[in-house]
Amino acid sequence: MEYILLIYGNEADVNKMRESEQAAMYQEFMGFTQSIVESKNMVAGRRLEDVATATTVRVRDGKRLVTDGPFAETREQLGGFYMIQAKDLDEALAIAERIPSARWGSIEVRPMAAAPPPR
Amino acid sequence: MNLESLYREEWRRVLATTVRLTGDFDLSEEAAQDAFVAALEQWPRDGPPANPYAWLVSTARNHVLDQLRRRARLEDRQAEIAHLASLNASEFDLSEAAMLDDQLRLIFTCCHPALALDAQVALTLRTVCGLTTEEIARGFLVPVATMAQRLVRVKRKIRDTRLPFAVPPKEQLAERLDGVMLVVYLVFTEGYAATTGKLWIRRQLCDEAIRLGRLLCELIPPNAELRALLALLLLQDSRRIARAGPDEEIVLLEDQNRELWDRREIAEGVPLLESALREGATGVYALQAAIAALHARAPRAEETDWAQIARLYDALLRKQPSPVVELNRAAAIGMAEGPSRGLALMDQLEARGELAGYHLLPAARADLLRRDGRFREAAEAYRNALALVSNDPERRYLSRRLAQVEGLQ
Repeated sequence: MEYILLIYGNEADVNKMRESEQAAMYQEFMGFTQSIVESKNMVAGRRLEDVATATTVRVRDGKRLVTDGPFAETREQLGGFYMIQAKDLDEALAIAERIPSARWGSIEVRPMAAAPPPR
Repeated sequence: MNLESLYREEWRRVLATTVRLTGDFDLSEEAAQDAFVAALEQWPRDGPPANPYAWLVSTARNHVLDQLRRRARLEDRQAEIAHLASLNASEFDLSEAAMLDDQLRLIFTCCHPALALDAQVALTLRTVCGLTTEEIARGFLVPVATMAQRLVRVKRKIRDTRLPFAVPPKEQLAERLDGVMLVVYLVFTEGYAATTGKLWIRRQLCDEAIRLGRLLCELIPPNAELRALLALLLLQDSRRIARAGPDEEIVLLEDQNRELWDRREIAEGVPLLESALREGATGVYALQAAIAALHARAPRAEETDWAQIARLYDALLRKQPSPVVELNRAAAIGMAEGPSRGLALMDQLEARGELAGYHLLPAARADLLRRDGRFREAAEAYRNALALVSNDPERRYLSRRLAQVEGLQ
């Protein structure tokens, strides 16, 4: 079964880190990624650019509405994701727990919906 | 044969094993239900089978197979069907050990932290205890439709997230067991908090919590905190009859007829607690049980060891800092060292404002003021409590007290 692990954290806190601290963190993330590649749990995963780069699009009454920023301002922002293969929720949670930023941010774990059956 | 008691005995065992065999919570529940209906029809006619549990499990499994085959046209579940059909009755592991494991898995699944706490409680009562949705809804004073929806939603989450039907690994066992104990405790307090004894179902919640506690003590290798929890439930429950008067009015501990306390439960709870404490239980349930045991041991209210109770509240407050525990501690100190000491602590608590709107704060103040002979202030405090109270038996109790102190002013 596939799960997505949505990585939330306070961007400002990360940006306040010293360069050496940031480097250590990215190093740790790379090690984690490597480990789930080796365990064959990894499907995909990327870091996102800062929320300052976000743009939101809505279409209402056929009219496009483009605004700066995320849909909702929150204390923690979406900063990246992993898509993983796991046998059940407990395995997915055990993997999510090992994401370095779980120690200060939070990881939302959601199963990917099954693909619609072929016609 | 008494099918009612058979149902109570076998329900969770049959359901737990059916879930293990089929991996489908919802279908298994339906299937277990149907197996009991089939038993109701067949056993009185043909006589009960040699092994009712095995009979029920294989009937439930056949029902699941039927359902899967019927649905197979809609969604592809051939693999599941093939797997389930390949299991011959002789191949099911229906040994005692497997059955106990199944039950433990069922409990841990129902109390999985990925599920909302109220959903854990509802699901445990439905699947582990076999209560109907209507009974659970009445127990928690919510509309049946709300409870039904809560159960549907939680079972959907179990299915869609593929929540495993498993006992947690050793390194998580203690933490997960805390979650299970909390569910048991909540089931009990929900039943116990309501003194409205007309709602018999709420008393049933207390019974179910005690049954769950006993079951866990049986299933899990000796665990001191678990036994302390069971002791706590038994000791609290021993006062159940005494704490409500003939008109469902509240009877406080010191006014209770101690003859009405359930001596059997006390005789079971006290040694259980003592053995748990000897084996190092120091958790919140052990401390609360120790407080309950001191009450249970006092032959008369005046002989209650309030100094010791106050010390236990100190320890409880360190484990579980909360303004409600602080209020209880202040009340105990008021009893141990005189009303003015307790009142001073309550004044500090009130000044912090965390308990604003909580009727038991002015009610506790009123109680100590009354004991101190300050009837005018006591009346004022009772009036404050009355303005905040929301349940009827408590309102009647406070009104009675108010009338009493008004007469003494």
